[in-house]
Amino acid sequence: MAKKLHSFEAETVSERGGRGFWSLAWLRFRDDRVGVGSLAFVAVFFVIVFLSALGVVASHWNEEVGIHDAPPDLWGWLTPAAPPEAMGNAAQRAAQTMENTQHREALRPSTVIDPLAETLMQLQRERTDGALSESRVVDPLAETLRILGADGATPSAVKEKSAEKRTSLPLGGDRWGRDVLTKTIKGSQISIAVGLSAALLATLLGTLLGALAGYYGGRTDDVLNWAYSVFNAIPYLLLILAVAAVLQQRGVMTVILILGLTGWTGVFRLIRAEYIKHRGREYVQAAHAFGVPDRRILFYHILPNVSHVALVKVSLLAVGFIKAEVILSFLGFGVAVDEVSWGSMLNDAYQELILGRWWELAAAGGAMALFVTAFSLLTDAMRDALDPKIREAS
Amino acid sequence: MTAYIIRRLLQMIPTLLGVVLLLFVLFNWVGGDPAYILAGKVFSEAQIANIRHQLGIDQPAYVQIGIFLKQIVTVDFGASWSTNEPVSEILKTRLGPSLTVMVPLLILGTLLAIALSLVVARYRRSLTDRMVMVACTAGMSISILVYIIVFQYVFAYRLGWFPIQGWSDSLWTNLTTFAALPILIGLCVGLAPDLRLFRSFMLDEVEQDYVRTARAKGLTEKRVLWVHVLRNASIPVVTYVMAALPGLLVGAFLIERFFSIPGIGREVLLAVERSDFPVIKAITVYVAIATMFANLAADLLYKAVDPRVEFK
Repeated sequence: MAKKLHSFEAETVSERGGRGFWSLAWLRFRDDRVGVGSLAFVAVFFVIVFLSALGVVASHWNEEVGIHDAPPDLWGWLTPAAPPEAMGNAAQRAAQTMENTQHREALRPSTVIDPLAETLMQLQRERTDGALSESRVVDPLAETLRILGADGATPSAVKEKSAEKRTSLPLGGDRWGRDVLTKTIKGSQISIAVGLSAALLATLLGTLLGALAGYYGGRTDDVLNWAYSVFNAIPYLLLILAVAAVLQQRGVMTVILILGLTGWTGVFRLIRAEYIKHRGREYVQAAHAFGVPDRRILFYHILPNVSHVALVKVSLLAVGFIKAEVILSFLGFGVAVDEVSWGSMLNDAYQELILGRWWELAAAGGAMALFVTAFSLLTDAMRDALDPKIREAS
Repeated sequence: MTAYIIRRLLQMIPTLLGVVLLLFVLFNWVGGDPAYILAGKVFSEAQIANIRHQLGIDQPAYVQIGIFLKQIVTVDFGASWSTNEPVSEILKTRLGPSLTVMVPLLILGTLLAIALSLVVARYRRSLTDRMVMVACTAGMSISILVYIIVFQYVFAYRLGWFPIQGWSDSLWTNLTTFAALPILIGLCVGLAPDLRLFRSFMLDEVEQDYVRTARAKGLTEKRVLWVHVLRNASIPVVTYVMAALPGLLVGAFLIERFFSIPGIGREVLLAVERSDFPVIKAITVYVAIATMFANLAADLLYKAVDPRVEFK
């Protein structure tokens, strides 16, 4: 009883002491069911992205673990003892045996012209008879090397790698037999990281310039406004493409720089307006009268009061930048060839779809749609919670 | 009014100079020496010097910017670096196909979004409204690439309702056959963001006093929305559409690429792939000019539909 009373008192005191802006915003956010749900979704994505960045999961996305275009078999993987997988394996082996036999048949007529054909056929026979039970990856060069080294040179220098390739994967495989699931995780990591970093860069730049323009006004404002109007006169995607045309190297850092350095204008406009508003407030005038240096007023006194605007803008920008990165990477102007993102996956998927291989398209498109939906709903909820006036109006 | 227009036109000059400066820095310094791109893989110093002389990049920067400005005014950017076609010719011939797709798309898309946003505004703050908004968010989250790939695969390749890609010389065939699926995709992609935006325009008006008066007069909800609210909400709609006009030129570059429509957007992508700098520079400059004029036109139109607006 006493304990209850105590906690009640504590609550009143904290209530009387006044909750901070962020604490009140959190209280409003907590009541928004859609917002909390999307926060949970985004959190799950972030955990996966974080694990992937640390190399705990999906670090081997570039390995060919399955046969090419392995079909998806999520159900079979969830229930490990399911028979379809074993059957698939058997069917695969049978198909391979047939292929080998056909290959042998096809080789026969060439004996007349190819002096090596006899040796090749011999090797082929040994291979199919000896190691029929497992499909092997043989370096095509190894065959030649072995033939060349047959008269006692250095046959041991040739390494033969044999690996069991999976005939089905949980979300299927791509053209090279890479696992679409690990590829999607790695791709999510790159796409989300690029979107967020670029949004952060653009917001930092926009906030800095907006603060300077809004606080100082005059000549500084004129120059920065001119830069704003120049960047704004060129449609955004055209500007990005022009920069991409000029920068010859591709890669994650390039994309972040392109998006970040071209996307600051929206933040600039907003933050500038906020600083103009705050410039005349009493607390700023008081700080000025005390002789507080401008740098401190700008970033220590005013910035916390406008940071919620910047925060909402970061997440709005992140959504736009993720979409832009996907388009850039799809076109080949984004991530490098040895990296993977949702955009480069969609490019692979576009070529696979025509053959009826829909799973990579579904995985990349689905992962992106899920994350961006959750993130957008989270942004909406965050904006409502941070700015109750907007919520009342709409 | 006239004074306002003249002032706005004068304000365009520094902005345009800024665009020129930005492009100049981008294409001459950030990207390295353009002569090496033109020279290819095997070159001699004499060749490089020759190319530099031909391009004029051996002259001081201000002379080069002067050349650039002259090119803009005379619409003479020389020949494309990859196809040797005159850049002015490229601009002229690629404009038509882009507009064939984008003009119907803009008109249909705007009308559709207006109609649907009025319907949604009627059910504002109900569960239906909230669900539609969440669906819009989800629709906007799917990459435009996925829309294009899936629609092209399903409707053109599988069902065969439309040609997979292509273009003809007759405007009518283009509109009815080749542009039909691209326009449909554009409508689907654009509907969700437009609907969200237009709904907020409508909701801003629904709470106004004149709406209450109209209801008090005993008008039906339908008439209140479709006549009174729509007329006032059309002001921000018009501004938005005007601002979207420059996008007509390059807006659909992905659609143009997938459907092999020989428009400006596809030309930009090709030029970026081939490092065809004159083409990129020309298109960027003219689209920037178009954007500035569209912004001015939007402000003037704003005044025309809403006499309360005062020019400063």
